[in-house]
Amino acid sequence: MKSKRVLTYLFLIALGIIMVYPLLFMFFAPFKSNDEILTSISLLPESFSELGLSAYINGWKAAGDETFGVFFKNSFMMVVPTVIFTVLSSSLVAYGFARFKFPFKRILFTLMISAIMLPKTVIIIPSYLLFKDFGWLDTYLPFIVPALFACNSYFIFLFVQFFRGLPKELDEAAIIDGCNVFRVYTKIILPLSKPAMMSAGIFSFIWTYNDFFNSLIYLNSVSKYTVSLGLKMSIDTQGGTIAWNEIMAMSVLAIIPPTMIFFLAQKYFVEGISTSGLKG
Amino acid sequence: MKGKKYEKRQWVGLLFVAPFIIGFLVFKLYPFVMSFNYSFTEFDLFAGAQYVGLENYIKIFTNDRDFYNSLNVTFIYTLISVPLKIAFALFIAGVLTTKIRGINLFRTIYYLPSVLGGSIAVSILWKFLFVKDGLINELLAVIHLGPIDWLGSPDIALYTISMLTVWQFGSSMVLFLAGLKNVPVDLYEAARVDGAGKVRVFFKITLPMISPIILFNLVMQSINALQQFTAAFVITNGGPLKSTYLYGMMLYQQAFEYLNMGYASALSWILFIIIVGLTAIIFKSSSYWTYYEDGGEF
Repeated sequence: MKSKRVLTYLFLIALGIIMVYPLLFMFFAPFKSNDEILTSISLLPESFSELGLSAYINGWKAAGDETFGVFFKNSFMMVVPTVIFTVLSSSLVAYGFARFKFPFKRILFTLMISAIMLPKTVIIIPSYLLFKDFGWLDTYLPFIVPALFACNSYFIFLFVQFFRGLPKELDEAAIIDGCNVFRVYTKIILPLSKPAMMSAGIFSFIWTYNDFFNSLIYLNSVSKYTVSLGLKMSIDTQGGTIAWNEIMAMSVLAIIPPTMIFFLAQKYFVEGISTSGLKG
Repeated sequence: MKGKKYEKRQWVGLLFVAPFIIGFLVFKLYPFVMSFNYSFTEFDLFAGAQYVGLENYIKIFTNDRDFYNSLNVTFIYTLISVPLKIAFALFIAGVLTTKIRGINLFRTIYYLPSVLGGSIAVSILWKFLFVKDGLINELLAVIHLGPIDWLGSPDIALYTISMLTVWQFGSSMVLFLAGLKNVPVDLYEAARVDGAGKVRVFFKITLPMISPIILFNLVMQSINALQQFTAAFVITNGGPLKSTYLYGMMLYQQAFEYLNMGYASALSWILFIIIVGLTAIIFKSSSYWTYYEDGGEF
């Protein structure tokens, strides 16, 4: 029995190393010379001081006129409103679904659920042409405006599941005390739904921040580029030999925001995943 | 009086879901209908749409070698990555249910690659790991193997990219973990009293109890895999010899590089029909292998 336990541990540890080794390697790569990255499998660089932060400094300048400072600022200009609007609109809609009877409710709910499975590729071209007509190309509006209208059904579903767990008696008591439904929503439901709001916020942050495809098609000018596009540009503009240490330096910076959020908010992650079946 | 109050509340409910209704009509339903419409046109970004009937579809099926190739590539990619990912996720989740210390740490470590998911940084990392003089071949050299041309060989590149998907098994794993926790303990106890072995318990109790989660993972992961784009675009750009030219890549190129919006719309509708068909098959077959305690009513 004991040896079996040891074997299980050994397996889990070995797998753990396989899972994080690439990420750890990426973390230390910027301190190595390009030669050393490609010829040595050791995690730690021969010496930290030799190259110091030069890979970061060179990588930061990117290829064009803009630095990664601009790309990070752009990413946050796109992500922050998208997250806030997603959380608010999704919870509002979910409250409607979870607490009220209204005409066409069943069919609307079915549409909401099937929207989760609607393949994105089938609507991408008309969406692009629509946003082009609106004059939204090369702005962050294709991300921000749909968020205002609860366009990611995942999050509506997440909130519906959460609200179902809150006792209806709370609402009823507040109504009897003379609250109107909007006050019930803002004063009672919202404060109680912090865990769901955290889950939705974290997921929408990471998805929007990591998004590549939509950024690629909607943003054209380098000054509007997000971190994803900046990274792709850095690797594209390198000639024959890729300066992996510089690319890795920027990749490390790029994954810091989602990684930090992941470690700080783990419990909400698991909660969000297991209550609604969100993908990661 | 009571009736009036009910009436009023009806409208309130609609008011709450109004953002969804507007968003659905404008950003989902309208593009959905228009994409079908565009698929019968030759769409010029400046001159607009010219109806050409079934021409796009005919051309795709009779005169587009890329179409059959990328369909093939995409099916292989889906068939490798999805079952492997799910099997792996379930297996690890099973191992993690044995009561051991530090389980949270392992869960965290295994989940992290999924969080970084489709980010460019991870695709770039994958490219770096598997380039010819990259880390994986360096590791293989230590045990006197290789080098293998992971990304440069048309026979292997697609598998290399599929492995990136499998590496991100963490999100499915968390779902399975939650599901395994919900299997009633008394079922296991009863089985033990009856003298059932571990394998039997797994196939007769565990698997049926978590079958709805398998179904969910299977459907969602397949839909995602059939639309995969980023990894193929960043790591291999569809090459070598179009061996990683996934359907998503072909669609992107047709629509946003060659600006054949009508043709690309037809391509996207073919993919849509494939996805719907596959999902329907999975759901239909699921009545034979999934088990719901409440009889499957929603």
